[in-house]
Formats: sequence, structure tokens, C-alpha cells
Amino acid sequence: MGAIDQNHYDVIVIGGGVTGAGTARDCSVRGLKTLLVERFDFTAGATGRNHGLLHSGARYAVTDQESATECIKENMTLRKIARHCVEETDGLFITLPEDDLAFQDTFVKSCLKAGIRADVIDPAEAIRLEPSVNRSLIGAVRVPDGAVDPFRLTTANAVDAKLHGAEILTYHEVISFIKDGDRVVGVELRNNHGGEIIKKYADIVINAGGIWGHNIAALAGANINMFPAKGALLIFGHRVNNMVINRCRKPADADILVPGDTICLIGTTSSRVPYDEIDHMKVTPEEVDILMREGQKLAPSLADTRILRAYAGVRPLVAADNDPSGRSISRGIVCLDHETRDGIPGFITITGGKLMTYRLMAEWATDLACKKLGRNVKCTTDKVCLPGSEPVKKKSEKPVFGGIGDRAAQGRHGTLSSKIDNSNKCDASLVCECEEVSVGEVNYAIKELDTYNLINLRRRTRVGMGTCQGELCACRAAGLLAKANGCAKKSAEDLASFMNERWKGMYPVAWGETLCEAQFTSWIYEGVCGLDTYSNSAVAI
Amino acid sequence: MNKEINTNENNFEQCIKCTICTVYCPVMAVNPDYPGPKQAGPDGERYRLKDPKFFDEALKYCMNCKRCEVACPSNVKIGDIIQKARLDYSSKKPGLREFALANTDLLGTVATTMAPIVNGTLKMGVVKSAMHGIIGVDKHRQFPSYSGQKFTTWFRKNAQSKQEEYSRFVTYFHGCYANYNYPKLAKDFVKIMNALGYGVHLMDKEKCCGVALISNGFKKKAAKQAATNLDCIREAVRRGEPVLGTSSTCAFTIRDEYEHILGMDNSDVRDSVMLATRFIFKLIDAGKAKLVFRDDYRRRIAYHTPCHMEKLGWSIYSTSLMKMIPGVDFVMMDSQCCGIAGTYGFKKENYPYSQKIGEGVFRQISEIQPDIVATDCETCKWQIEMSTGAHVENPITIIADALDVEATIAANK
Repeated sequence: MGAIDQNHYDVIVIGGGVTGAGTARDCSVRGLKTLLVERFDFTAGATGRNHGLLHSGARYAVTDQESATECIKENMTLRKIARHCVEETDGLFITLPEDDLAFQDTFVKSCLKAGIRADVIDPAEAIRLEPSVNRSLIGAVRVPDGAVDPFRLTTANAVDAKLHGAEILTYHEVISFIKDGDRVVGVELRNNHGGEIIKKYADIVINAGGIWGHNIAALAGANINMFPAKGALLIFGHRVNNMVINRCRKPADADILVPGDTICLIGTTSSRVPYDEIDHMKVTPEEVDILMREGQKLAPSLADTRILRAYAGVRPLVAADNDPSGRSISRGIVCLDHETRDGIPGFITITGGKLMTYRLMAEWATDLACKKLGRNVKCTTDKVCLPGSEPVKKKSEKPVFGGIGDRAAQGRHGTLSSKIDNSNKCDASLVCECEEVSVGEVNYAIKELDTYNLINLRRRTRVGMGTCQGELCACRAAGLLAKANGCAKKSAEDLASFMNERWKGMYPVAWGETLCEAQFTSWIYEGVCGLDTYSNSAVAI
Repeated sequence: MNKEINTNENNFEQCIKCTICTVYCPVMAVNPDYPGPKQAGPDGERYRLKDPKFFDEALKYCMNCKRCEVACPSNVKIGDIIQKARLDYSSKKPGLREFALANTDLLGTVATTMAPIVNGTLKMGVVKSAMHGIIGVDKHRQFPSYSGQKFTTWFRKNAQSKQEEYSRFVTYFHGCYANYNYPKLAKDFVKIMNALGYGVHLMDKEKCCGVALISNGFKKKAAKQAATNLDCIREAVRRGEPVLGTSSTCAFTIRDEYEHILGMDNSDVRDSVMLATRFIFKLIDAGKAKLVFRDDYRRRIAYHTPCHMEKLGWSIYSTSLMKMIPGVDFVMMDSQCCGIAGTYGFKKENYPYSQKIGEGVFRQISEIQPDIVATDCETCKWQIEMSTGAHVENPITIIADALDVEATIAANK
């Protein structure tokens, strides 16, 4: 019985995206014994492949008041609870000569109705505020958009879940549900690193698998009508804009340019893709063309700005249950009680929604779980700050020489950066020069943030996300991982697969400086380091 | 993408992180507090674009030698990026020391009128200690002495009227050093040009090129002086005269820094501004002029390449001219920074690094044992003279000293 108790939880949450991590946080904060399982790494799915836009909701105001209202509410909440993941940049909705200026009026009215501040400003004022904006604009509205780092946000939720006693198993994939009659009582997991199979039991299993939730639900015997929608984006080498720039028109392709940490990104396209392609997203030349063409209309200087990489994510759009054709698709939150819907007790799916509403999704799912467990505990995740975002009493930031790395780390980890030990010269030296990541920060990530390989490390620290895309930092980081894991061979394989993953994103935009960089990188890793002997390694996930 | 290479504002993105610049940076090798050209330049720029709070005051350790730019295979203007960042983002306001070091015209004008007193005072230990402690000018540093008479005063009294006897002209940008400290250099220039059959004009209102203002944080004043200089240069170019200098840093500043750092368009006159040695070499190379040298001139000469000369790529002109002197035993030194970098080495926090950087140059000189070290930069001259005791001259002075004036005049008739 002891073994069963150890393996028994109140709740198992499936999915290490922001919704899963947020749900695990909410559950554990409310005192539920929680296990979070993820088949690969945190943010490996759609959470890590979006705009990083802190939506004000303005974009949805005209077409979807409900989403708009949710967005602005969560927007204001995230500014408080996730300060270190959010950048309060504000956003512009610009009208270009080819757009209908009359739409601006409808837009502003809809925003105000949803509770979104929307100030019509003079085009000249817009240019003053955001010099990179297309100077031929004829109208501009200022809204409380911002930037949010989905990697940081997910990590912070996972860290808080752990602080509240939750357990986390990354690289553990649900291969089947354990049932007692129709009731789901647990999951069978395969360790995707070692291959061993383990069983975990819970009163409630919450499916937060995003678009992959479709398959997870099917394993449990439930059918969810999902429509994968691919969205492609381009990342530029540096920040062209410091405010979010949107087009003031009905949402269309490539009409949002978002500043995110050291870079900016344009997106997205939108196209339906077959379900069996969702694990193999590729950005096509046509998509790159659309993104470049439309992006330059927002900020003309994008035309000669280096493009670091291209990537695509998959939105989990859910068709209403009464409309299997998928014509009426909502971007709203879908919380399914499979007990009442499909006769499968103990199983809940939380899906739909957006990065912006992850916390609300987690709240709904946890509310339902608590109801089923007979626990009457209120949600507090909208008030309690995430780890790293706690209020600091006094501004203690003093500029020190060689302190850029420290300041960059503070931006990434908030108050948790105090856990990074850069006290000796070696620990203070940089692993990633583009993104200013120190040896100490890498060691912190390895020790405390479920970091086993380079791609985990990238998501926790930005190692390899900068201009050189791993050229200088990947081998240094691989060395530190080898030391921590005690295995050089594994690290070499990891390095090869990481470089392949970097190349995958560079390939669709491999011209100009990006191609030079890639060529130089291949000289180093294949020519000098001999990594081509590992060149058949799979792309890391 | 359709733009010409290096014309867009995102020049720093052409960095492919090869890190060669860090190998060529003289500061990085001696000062661990300096993050190095790659970090301070293209890498840091991304962060500064994100938020100016990421400006690192350690960028003040950059000497602006531009050796990183010479080394860069991708043509990234690393030094410019760093200098611009310092001017645009530094929160440290220039102090009295910076004011005193940067305003060479003001100081020069005052000092030349009281040269004996100033020269004597600047050599006094107690004064040096006071300057070290109070304003932060290093006490070990020897100051260049001031001349009792400015070159321009001498020129107006003794040479100006004779210049109109010539039919061809050049305009001379003498710079502060030749005017206030070492008029012999300027007089040597006039001597050579006259012998070659060229009359010398001065600019109406020459101001200091501004290099010290730029490096000490006085961007506005530098731009104002640059505007005055460019007006005068344009006037000379309209008269059909090239504008020649005898200081590599002045020429470099007017040609490159005016545009890259101060953002002033000098493209219409840039090609007309050059070092005298380049102008003279090109005349000789085209068969349009001849230099005839004395038979009795015998010297072992070692040439030190100033950093800005390296950046201009012009040391070949100065060295080729000196090699034409029959009695010269010429040794080309390995191109390394001497460490002074203008006013940089005068600051007490930089002095030890400055001397450490120069060690390679000093060692070479002690091994070569030359009679004269030749170099086109006055601050290199100060540094080498102070640190090695060697006799240092500008190539123009060496050529003038070796010149057979009468024979040269006859050959160019």
C-alpha cells in the first residue's frame, strides 16, 4: 500500500505548456497533491512558439468581445503577478493609407466597451513614441499591449508549483490511461529518456495538452473536435521597435510586430493543417514572403534587419460540440468535464484559450477539480505573485562593471536571480555572449530548473537564442552539462541535435548574414569539433 | 537586403561572432574590467537597443584605436558603435579633467603665450601630484612642452606672403600639436611643399579636429568645431586645393569620425582630405614630382604604425617616402598600439594599462636601437619618447631634414 500511496495524487496534470504549469500551480497552491507530467520539456509545444504578446484584447475587441474582456483582465493581472515575465511596452494600432480609417472608430468603441483603454493619437505622436513605425500612417490608437515571455512565465509557474509540493516529471509521456471501469484512475507513463514505463495514480487527471490534447483525450476514450491552425513567425536579430505595432483592421496575416527581450518578432500567418502534421511544422517560403511583405508595412526597417530564424506554432482551436464541421470555431476557453460529457469520471480537459488566458484556464480547471474532490478552496493565483516577481522593497540595482550579465539575468529570473552564484571569476564569465548568460546562471538552471539538455537550457536562460544561434555558447554549455551529468558522449550527441535544431529555424531564412553565420557555425562544429560524426542525430525537442 | 553592404544602420548585425576583434584589442589583453570590442560593440548594442540601462560604464576603457575594425572580416564598425554608445548613453558627465584635456585649442592658446612658465610648471613634481590627486591626470605623464610662438603666428609673419609666388596650392590642416607644441613640423611641411612647387594656404578658421572632445564626451562642441572645419575645407576644395595634414589622427577624425560618430555628411570633401605623405607619394608615383635628398643624411629609422594610421591604411605612403632617402636604414616595426591613445593615457586610472599596452612597442624599439623612431601621430611620439627615451619624429620632419632643397626645387621646376 505504501508504494501506491507514494504514487497516488489528488491531481495529475498532463502537459508542460503554460496552461499545464499554471494548472499545476493552482492545484498545488490550493493544497492538492499534484503531479505534472510532460512528454518532452516545458514549453515544447505552442507555448514556446507564439508571439509572446501580452494582448490587451484590442485585437479581438471588434470580433470577439468575450475574448477581449478576458484578455484585458488577465493582462492587468499578469502585470502584477508576473512582473519579471512582462514588459509594459504599450501597443499601437496603426491605420495605413491602404486601410479604411473608418474602422478605427468601430475599433475604439469596441475596445472601450470591453474595458480596454484605447487612445486615438496623432500620427506624428505615434512616430515620436515609436520611431520605427511606418511613417505613412494616417491613424494610430494606443492600447495597453505588452510583451510576455512564455518561457519565463511557464518556468515561474512550475517553480511555484514545486514550492507548493507539486512533483514534476518532464520527458514522461502518457501512453495509456489506467481505468477502473469508466473512471480514469491514473496514467501509464513512458520515460522518453530511458524508455522505462511507470504508473501514476490520481483521483483527477487534467488534460492540458494543447493541440496534443486531442490525442490524449482519445487515449482516454473521449473525442474532442480540434482544428490545428498553424501560425508562422519570424524573429529579427535585434529590437526594431520598443512598442507593439498592430494594424488597425480586421485581424489578418502578419499584422503584429512584438518586441521580446533582445529581439522582435513578426507574425503570424494562419492556415489549417492536418492533425498528423502537428509534430512536423515547417515554415514555407511563401509564409516567409508574406511575413516580410506585411512586416515591412508596420516597420519599414525590417527590410534590412537580420532575420534570426523562422518558426511555426499550432493553435489549439476547438469546434463547439454542437458543430462538428468546425465552422464556428472559438478562441475562447474550453473546459470539458468528461464525466458529464462522455461518461468518463475523473477526467477533465482544459483547452482552447490563449497564452494570455492561461491563468484563467488553470483556474477553471482547478475549480472543477476541486468541486469533484469536494475541496472548497478559492483561487488566489490572480493575487499572489509568481516566484521571481515578488515586490522588491527598494531599488537595489546598482550598475557595476561587467554587470550586464547580472542585469540580464535579473530580467530573466526576477528576484530568483539572487540564487545565481556569480561570485568567482569563472562563474561570472559568459557562456552565451549574445544573451549575456553566465556560467553561474547555467549552473542554476541545471540545478533547479529541470534542465537536462541544451534545449532545456535554452528555454530557461536564452542560451543559444541570440544572434549567433549557438555558435559560441552551445559547446561551452554542453561542457557544463557534461560536467553536471557526468557523461561527455551524451553531451556531444546533445550538442549535435541542438545545432540541428538551431539550423532548422535558420534554414527558411538562410540568406545574408544568417547564412554567413550558419556557414561559420558549421566550420566550427563540423570542421573543427568534428561534430559531423553525430550529424544523424535527431532534432532536439 | 537590396541595400549596399554596410550602408544600413544595423551594421552591428553583420557581426558573425568570429571574435577576431577581441584578439586584436590592445585593452582586453591588459585590463580584465574591459568587456572587449565584441561584447562592448555589437553584442552590447542589442541590449542597449532594448534598454539604455544596459549601457556599461566600462566602455570608457575603449581607446578608440579601431584595431578591432581593421581586424573585422565582416566590416563591422565596432569602434564606432562603442564610441557612439559612450556619447549617447553614458550617464557620467565629463569633469574638469575631461574639459582640460579635450579643449586643446583653448589650452594651447593660453599656454603658448606663457610657454616658459607653463612648461616649467608642468614639470614640477608638486604640480604633477596635485593634478594626479585633484583632477586625475597621472603624475607619471610627461606633458608635451608648448612653443613660445604658434605656427600660425610664424606663418603669417614669415611665410604667408611668399606663398602667392606659386601657381599650385595645397591647404594645410596643421592641427593643434604642430601649432602649439611643435611648429617645426608645420614649418617642415611648408618647406617640402614649397620645394615641390606648391604654395601653402591655411584654413580661415581652423579648429581642433575634435578627437579629444569626442573621446571625452563633448559631442556638441565637437560637432560645432567639425562644422567650422568642414566649411573651411569646402572652401579649399572649391579653390581646387587638397587639404593636407601631418597628423594621422586629425586626418582620420575629419574623414571618418565626423560622419560615423558625429553624423555629419562629409562625403563631398572626404576624398580631398589626406595626409601630406600620401599626397606627396602619389605625386611622385605619377611622375609629377621628385624629391632629391642630401648625400650626407645617415639614419637608422624604425617606423611605428599609429592605430589610426592602421585604420586609414596609409602607413605605406609614409614609409615608402622615407625609404626613398638613400642614407636611411629602414626597419618596419610590428604594428602594435603604443598605449597612449590621445588623452586616454593621461588619465590616472588608465595610465598603468596604457604603459602595459605599450610594452611590445617599447621592447621592439630597445631591440632595434634606431636613431629615430618615425611615426605620424603626435601622441604616439609623446608616449614613445617618455617611455623609451627614443628620439621620435614625424616622417615629414625626417624628409625635410634629409631634403636637398635647392636640388628638389630645380627638379620640380
